[in-house]
Amino acid sequence: MTVTVLAELLQQNETALLDRWIAVQRAAGIDPNRLDDRSITDNARDLLHALVRAISEGGDDIEHPQWRPVKQLLERLSHVHSQQGFPPTETATFVLSLKEPLFRLIQKSDGNTIELLWACTRLFDQLGLFTMQAYMASREQVIREQQESMLELSTPVVQLWKGVLAVPLIGSLDSNRTQVVMEALLQKIVDTESDIAIIDITGVPTVDTMVAQHLLKTITAAKLMGAKCIISGIRPQIAATIVHLGVELGDVVTKASLADAFQLALRELNVRLVANRLGA
Amino acid sequence: MTTTETLPLKQETDIVTIRQRVRKAAEDARLGLVSQTKIVTAASEIARNGLIYGGGGQCLIERTQREGRAAVRLVIIDHGPGIANLEQAMTDGYTSGNGLGLGLSGARRLVDAFEIASQPGQGTSVEMWKWK
Ligand SMILES: Nc1ncnc2c1ncn2[C@@H]1O[C@H](COP(=O)(O)OP(=O)(O)O)[C@@H](O)[C@H]1O
Ligand SMILES: [Mg+2]
Repeated sequence: MTVTVLAELLQQNETALLDRWIAVQRAAGIDPNRLDDRSITDNARDLLHALVRAISEGGDDIEHPQWRPVKQLLERLSHVHSQQGFPPTETATFVLSLKEPLFRLIQKSDGNTIELLWACTRLFDQLGLFTMQAYMASREQVIREQQESMLELSTPVVQLWKGVLAVPLIGSLDSNRTQVVMEALLQKIVDTESDIAIIDITGVPTVDTMVAQHLLKTITAAKLMGAKCIISGIRPQIAATIVHLGVELGDVVTKASLADAFQLALRELNVRLVANRLGA
Repeated sequence: MTTTETLPLKQETDIVTIRQRVRKAAEDARLGLVSQTKIVTAASEIARNGLIYGGGGQCLIERTQREGRAAVRLVIIDHGPGIANLEQAMTDGYTSGNGLGLGLSGARRLVDAFEIASQPGQGTSVEMWKWK
């Protein structure tokens, strides 16, 4: 049983392995600005300990439940690394660099060296791949979050018809951005002498009291300038939340979609759209 | 299984991150869309209070269980001046700034369990739960 031998070997040499592993990592020149000695030691100790238990109790199949703790440690480490901008190679090197001290140990042991080396390599390659995968997943999450904040950067006020403006809001609304957008809308109402402004919030994930307050203020200001606002795209979950918050939208006109709001706007302006009948 | 993370609450953009991570936790706990939106909105309210009135702090997000149901637990803490009159602060429409005064009372209505503790001079801590 190669795995049993490997487990024994690890168990008996845990302390020595840890020392040599840490030395290897330092020699590999891990940027001390990113990772201090203390974290290197802590990470290595925790992982090695979990590893010894996993091999002893779960064999060499990393899908075995006994391997959960090891994977969790690697996932956490990959997550931290990717958030802090470590290069992926450095993250994978962490687990792979245990190979060298382990191989030396196997070389000195009296078991079937080739078999042991092979088992060991297979195992560590799997762990290396797992680490990379966890790292990538974490990176992807960072990218997704960045994309979401990018969406917050610009919001155009567009004219849909003479006298009808629309501002499709997308992304999270926080003080600054909401302020900017609302001021832009009011300015455009003046510039285009519009009567109706549609504020579409289909793309807004959260409407809290601050966002609601900004909307209400804008609607009031528009009213003072003689323009009427319609809010469109209030999704059911947002509607339920607004009600529970206790925000009163008063006599604000709301419509399910931007299209509905546009139709209403045209009706109010006495514009009738007539379909062109072909072949009549 | 319980997963926990603690996020800083130091600047406006932290509120965006907190909302995103709370939404993720609520999705992972398989809360319905309405419940997700409610807990995210409650987090947004309490985090903003912690930043504006409490001068910042942190937010703990925990995906866990409550009486066998998947749940999300949030604890938002600041070390600001605290709230001298909790009853007043929790009243609909009360604001010492220029908000709508619906953040605290509204958040309480949005979640399944709401616990607030505040010591004048020591800061404020709000715990909220939403479960399946
Ligand atoms: N973390 C906090 N620290 C100190 N005071 C707070 C805190 N949270 C809320 N308050 C007080 O409670 C009041 C009500 O809060 P809230 O219901 O969110 O309304 P708003 O934020 O619109 O003022 C605030 O105006 C403030 O005086
Ligand atoms: Mg508030």
